[in-house]
Amino acid sequence: MIFPKIKVLHSHGWQYIPDLNDVTLTEEFRGRPELTVTEDMADVEAAAKLCPTGAISVAPFTLDLGRCLFCGECALRAPRNIRFTNDYKVGSTSREALVVTPETKQIDFHKELVRKEIPQLFSRSLKLRQVSAAGDASIEMELNATGNVNFDFGRYGVEFTASPRHSDGVVITGPISKNMAEPLEICYAAIPEPKITIVCGSEACSGGLFSQSKAIDRSFLQRHHVDLWLPGAPTHPMTFIDAVMNLIGKKQRQGNQ
Amino acid sequence: MHYYITNNTSTEAVAIKDIPEVEYATLYNDLKERLKQEQYHVAHYFATPDENRLMFYIVLLDDKEHQIMLARFAMEYYDDIALPSLTALHPALHPFEREITELYNVHFGSMPWDKPLRFAEARRNRNSTIDNYPFYTIEGESLHEVNVGPIHAGIIEPGAFRFICNGEKVLHLEIALGYQHRGVESEFTSTNNRLRQTLLAESIAGDSAIAHTSAFAAAIERLSDNAISDSLATERIVALELERMAMHIADTGALSMDVGYQLGQVACEALRTMTINTTQAWCGNRFGKGLIRPCGTNKPLTKEKVEMILSNVEQISRRYAEVSDDIQSSPTLLSRFEHCGIVPQNEMQRIGGVGMAARASGLLRDIRSSHPWGAYNTEPRHDSCTMHDGDVMSRLKVRCEEVQQSAQRIKSLLEGYTTSEKHLRPDYECNLKPSHLSFGLIEGWRGEICHVALTDDKGQISTYKIKEPSLHNWLALALAVRGEGISDFPICNKSFNLSYCGHDL
Ligand code: SF4
Repeated sequence: MIFPKIKVLHSHGWQYIPDLNDVTLTEEFRGRPELTVTEDMADVEAAAKLCPTGAISVAPFTLDLGRCLFCGECALRAPRNIRFTNDYKVGSTSREALVVTPETKQIDFHKELVRKEIPQLFSRSLKLRQVSAAGDASIEMELNATGNVNFDFGRYGVEFTASPRHSDGVVITGPISKNMAEPLEICYAAIPEPKITIVCGSEACSGGLFSQSKAIDRSFLQRHHVDLWLPGAPTHPMTFIDAVMNLIGKKQRQGNQ
Repeated sequence: MHYYITNNTSTEAVAIKDIPEVEYATLYNDLKERLKQEQYHVAHYFATPDENRLMFYIVLLDDKEHQIMLARFAMEYYDDIALPSLTALHPALHPFEREITELYNVHFGSMPWDKPLRFAEARRNRNSTIDNYPFYTIEGESLHEVNVGPIHAGIIEPGAFRFICNGEKVLHLEIALGYQHRGVESEFTSTNNRLRQTLLAESIAGDSAIAHTSAFAAAIERLSDNAISDSLATERIVALELERMAMHIADTGALSMDVGYQLGQVACEALRTMTINTTQAWCGNRFGKGLIRPCGTNKPLTKEKVEMILSNVEQISRRYAEVSDDIQSSPTLLSRFEHCGIVPQNEMQRIGGVGMAARASGLLRDIRSSHPWGAYNTEPRHDSCTMHDGDVMSRLKVRCEEVQQSAQRIKSLLEGYTTSEKHLRPDYECNLKPSHLSFGLIEGWRGEICHVALTDDKGQISTYKIKEPSLHNWLALALAVRGEGISDFPICNKSFNLSYCGHDL
């Protein structure tokens, strides 16, 4: 009975990513886009019309990652103007910073917006309560993955807890359905102060495909301060890890020069 | 009774006028008898407004003859008569009748479980809200209730579970859903942007993005007379089987975690990562979002990608086989998994269970073999894997076998695969045939996915109905835990791993 286990262990080998600061995703991955203005913007107009969430504006030329679902179709429609890179570092403390312009070479984290008690209190231990408010399960699985054997974010003391009372903040996924609005509010109220709010996924940032749906209630975000905005459909574990490390002061992304 | 007969290899949508319109009494009498036989089950049954009438459509599957049977009946929009309930005879129909009642206030006489299904935004009774769900109660001095949710302990979707227990033993579990309701079906009809509809399909249930989008694409292709090439059909099946492998492995890991078998848990986590990273290296997204598109693809397989998939799948299947061997030779694990959470075959059939959970109970429900499409319709035919005990272990064993089957299928489809034909790009502009009904019927990793689209006289999608296999199987979970210790609930739950958002839409 021990031999099958040794076999599993042997094949498993070492799986963890040794350095979470040194991760490059596959070229296929669609992360931060780069925009280029051309004389003729007809392709961009077509792409803006096609975009399922209205994330693209033509004049001025911008692409809002908080709405983008990273389907990549705009880049196929306007290849001279939009190109997706595999840069996964797209989280920010500022919702506005998610709007990519032709000048954007990096998403600005806006460190100055981090409340000063956050790195003081949470740099060595951050416990989070996740609330899915109509998330589609892919994003929940990616958050689970941040703690798995590959990413092992727990090595920095960042973990998810079962009870809001044991947590330092809430991670919200999904466009926030009406039917979850109240449970979310109750869960948030149960978290002791000071607490942080992370909005995870483009659907959570903007409502995504459901921003106009009558079954959605996003008033929570008007009532409470958001500390971190994370685009993605779903948000890649590395996007989450990178942004949270910046938030708790374990890492510094350069500004947008 | 006369039905319109079609099948899953058909490349055409059905003109609505060709679907026989019958009296409800005729349909009732027909289904009353027919559904006693295992070969028949209802894939979809819904109502939708049709001018000043309410039109009901039923999609019946004949697994033995590989046929899809369609019929419809109508009633005046404001008719206040109660139709006799089919659920009273065949509980399998409960989600459909409950949805019709919730949305249109049509009542089914002697319906035994007339409760809201998902508290949809469009529900008629605005006083019925999710926080006053009418839970079933039993009086008794030795009984207590345990309420779990809507927010659960882990990083998962919300749903409210109410247990009635006698000591540690569960007498009854009721599951109240609807927290995840986003209004997916109405978003489909409120836009003409086909790409937006495609992305909606991808987000019905993110863990089944490939399966649901395949069903959507099939429905659109039938409506626009766009039969896809054999090689595109093949590539979609490779993607679907990769999704199945990833989720079956994930669930093996989750079950391992819940019984404290850490080795299996971490091994499966790593293997799942490898599987979804394979999908990501193909299409840029770990869940296959962006991969399935109507009438074409943006991500055709290249020679390098074929090789990458083949070599990864080979390694995953070998290493996963070692984990399943270890599970099946560990008495400590077997004692937790065996004889726990049993749903017998007759019960599974009665409640309309589908997919891998049904197969674990010995009920052969598998669209790949009963209504094959694409490469499943050629030799070698899909040989569905079934077990008999209907317990947690059987559901785990179905996963263990199906991962190997999927790997085998991918291997046989991709070895020596080259395609000289140029893949078509997706078509988001194609016209849809007016006044037609179209469907997509796919076996996802959980089970049978059925999408139905209706077009109006201008060729716009006027009704879009989605059925996730979880719609049927949630009741199976509730039955599985009866008589078990409440501490066995987590493994019973993980052994089904049902979708909340796919149910709530
Ligand atoms: S990639 Fe983003 S911006 Fe481009 S079309 Fe898709 S959702 Fe719109």
